[in-house]
Amino acid sequence: MRSDRSLTIVTRTLAAISAAIVLLIIGFLLREAAPALRQLGLSRFFTDESWHPLSSQFNLTPMIVATLVTSAGAILIAAPLGIASAVFVNFYAPHRLAVWHRRLIELLAGIPSVVFGLWGLMVLAPIVATFGGSGQNLFTATIVLGLMVLPTVALLSDAAIAALPRPWIQGAAALGMGRSAIIGWVVLPGARRGIGSGIMLALTRAFGETMAVLMLAGNIVEMPSSLLSPGRTLNANIALELGYATAGHRSVLFVSGLMLMLVVSCIVLLISHRRGHQA
Amino acid sequence: MNDSGTATSRVIGVRHHRREVCVTVAVWTAAMSVIGLLIWILTDIAVRGLAEIDFGFLISDMQNAGREGGIGPIILSTGLILLVCLVVSIPLSFGTAIALTERIGQETGFACNVRRSLDVLAGVPSIVFGLFGNAFFAITLGLGYSILSGGLTLACMVLPILIRTSEQALRAVPAEYQYAAAALGMKRTTILFRVVLPVAMPALAAGVVLSIGRALAETAALLFTSGYVARSPESLLDSGRSLSVHIYDLAMNVPGGGARAYATACVLVALLLMINLATAFLLRMTGVRHRSTTGGTC
Amino acid sequence: MKYFLSMSFVLLCLTLAGCTSSPSTNSNSNELSGQLTLTGSSTVAPLAAEIAKRFERQHSKVRIDVQTGGSGKGIADVRRGVADIGMASRRLASDETDLTAHQIAADGVGLIVHQSNSIAELSPDQIIAIYTDKSNNWQDVGGDDKKITVVHKAEGRATLEVFLKHFGIDNPSVKSDVIVGENEHAIKTVAGTEGAIGYVSIGTAEADIESGVPIRLLPLDGVEAKTVNVASGAFPMSRPLNLVTADPSSQLAMEFIQFCQSADVHDLVKSQYFVPITKGSDIAK
Repeated sequence: MRSDRSLTIVTRTLAAISAAIVLLIIGFLLREAAPALRQLGLSRFFTDESWHPLSSQFNLTPMIVATLVTSAGAILIAAPLGIASAVFVNFYAPHRLAVWHRRLIELLAGIPSVVFGLWGLMVLAPIVATFGGSGQNLFTATIVLGLMVLPTVALLSDAAIAALPRPWIQGAAALGMGRSAIIGWVVLPGARRGIGSGIMLALTRAFGETMAVLMLAGNIVEMPSSLLSPGRTLNANIALELGYATAGHRSVLFVSGLMLMLVVSCIVLLISHRRGHQA
Repeated sequence: MNDSGTATSRVIGVRHHRREVCVTVAVWTAAMSVIGLLIWILTDIAVRGLAEIDFGFLISDMQNAGREGGIGPIILSTGLILLVCLVVSIPLSFGTAIALTERIGQETGFACNVRRSLDVLAGVPSIVFGLFGNAFFAITLGLGYSILSGGLTLACMVLPILIRTSEQALRAVPAEYQYAAAALGMKRTTILFRVVLPVAMPALAAGVVLSIGRALAETAALLFTSGYVARSPESLLDSGRSLSVHIYDLAMNVPGGGARAYATACVLVALLLMINLATAFLLRMTGVRHRSTTGGTC
Repeated sequence: MKYFLSMSFVLLCLTLAGCTSSPSTNSNSNELSGQLTLTGSSTVAPLAAEIAKRFERQHSKVRIDVQTGGSGKGIADVRRGVADIGMASRRLASDETDLTAHQIAADGVGLIVHQSNSIAELSPDQIIAIYTDKSNNWQDVGGDDKKITVVHKAEGRATLEVFLKHFGIDNPSVKSDVIVGENEHAIKTVAGTEGAIGYVSIGTAEADIESGVPIRLLPLDGVEAKTVNVASGAFPMSRPLNLVTADPSSQLAMEFIQFCQSADVHDLVKSQYFVPITKGSDIAK
């Protein structure tokens, strides 16, 4: 039993370390953002006229909206396609094709965001541009972002589905249920937890993605009026301006990082709260 | 009566059949469009980049800011960064995942909090990871711009994915296995290493592959930690440029570097394919051995 | 005799000392050693890395690590002592006078349009009208009937500052359709959009035109946007590429900066599509 106790201690310590990293990062963000927060207060980041940090205008609201829109859109694309892929691999595809499908999706996971960005810029944006403008807008960014987070949904759903006990499916089939009914009534509910966590992870990944969105979203800081209007996300804002920012401006950019963390935390808490109610 | 019964069942049958066809078509369309898009992207990279690649490109030094020469040192640095990242993140996340799943069925408050903080960690923008790594590993811990700083930063970054996937993998092991093993009087440690981990291995490996993908694809976090130097690293404390940083630099900073950027992307995708194939192969090996031992005891 | 011996000894010492002190940039010199770290502007980084490679070849005991991250980072790192030399693709600002800038090259900023655009030249007033959303169609400035897509740079970029200053526009009054970070991003955007206009580093644009990217540089004030005109000082819009040091900097750092400013590296400056400077010329004040 001594080895059991040491196992518990070791694993719990490791878990505590993993959890502490996020505190370290938030602490770091707070330290860097503190001068701006102290000087400007929080409200100016929502009430100012526009975002022109060098002319002391610090409105972050349009960027928060753009971040939410692109991430939510990406999930709307990635979730059905990802779950369908997982179902396809497990129930529809011939064995050989299933293996290759899985492999291709794993490959998709490793393509650098710069390459996605380049593809979007050279191939997709000119196609979207036929609807007018430069083709660099929230729509293009959302599509590419959706493709980027798709492997996360697909691979985690795949793992969750593959892990379902075989007898469930065999039992359902023995009851005379059709394939689609088995998937709808047995497989998807059974793998709900894994699929949910895949979508969750994909959502947070979409929030955190920087480079591809920066290359495709057009980066205008304005309240988006339609899906085809350009917009700038919080992280693109950091990546765009940070390298060239001086003291005060830099601190303001960290506030936008902090804001992103705040949005993500709210969503995480909301989802885990809802899950708690369901259970 | 009897007649109408068969009629309704036939109607239901037809309806079932129609739904079956619809779902099948939908699933195939979705899967095929995913494959189609992916092949589109891959061929785009290949068409623009493959012509530049030969053996010399893979091993020689970079010349003229990357417009000429090869990417030998960059492949080496990438490998080392990945190694540091995995050596740190795999034990950390497997341990965490074990702690998170230690009680079957019910959730401890500790596990709940850890999971929440990891979910928030997953949403940190990569550039913030870069700045954090720069401030913490490179400056506070004094590691400087080095492969070690880069690897550690990436380890923090892939933690949420690796822990999530490992947790799913462990959770997916049927509880009956553990009950049975416990009933045989096995210790928890023994159950973990003899029963749970072997069964969960394929899913654990899938998580590792996903994390490698994420790590290989990262640019912004590495720019500020492992750096930009394209020389062959002599130790883990040397700065080394990763493949994705090289692609970014060629595509966005070096005029006329486009073709080489695509060539480097080809190499990156090929490397990833090799890693995936190797993992699949290793898994098949362990899987075969696993099955044969159980076969023997039966 | 004794006198003669001591004299010759002194002479010998002098010649030896002379030998070791004079050729500090010679290939067989062995007194320069140590490590230098450069951080900063992503525009300067590829050039600095190439120069560093050549410097290392001449001084085998020297290691120069070039990092990147943006001009702002370069300046901050030099101040905190994290880097020996910072790289900045702009002049030092008024609150940065504690640092010293050493110019190593110059770079022009030119306006680009899509190749298919029929416009020949835009007057400064027309450019201001386009960027402040007063002209929305190429017809307004004498071109075809096509909507103008205005490509602008993100706040803090050196090219943006040069552009705004030259035309006397303040940034909040600019109404653009796309905001980009890097030069290559601007070029790719303009190349992919027929009605687009943007401004980028002239060297970068020339390099991309050479490799077949469908863009065109517009002349400014009647002067062709070419690196030769930037070099001669005729082209009105340009910026310096600087190395930045804090005041007491090491001998090695000074040695490297002198090497960067010498004629030995002009071929490297040109190969990265920038304009080499000759001491005394003040292309970009």
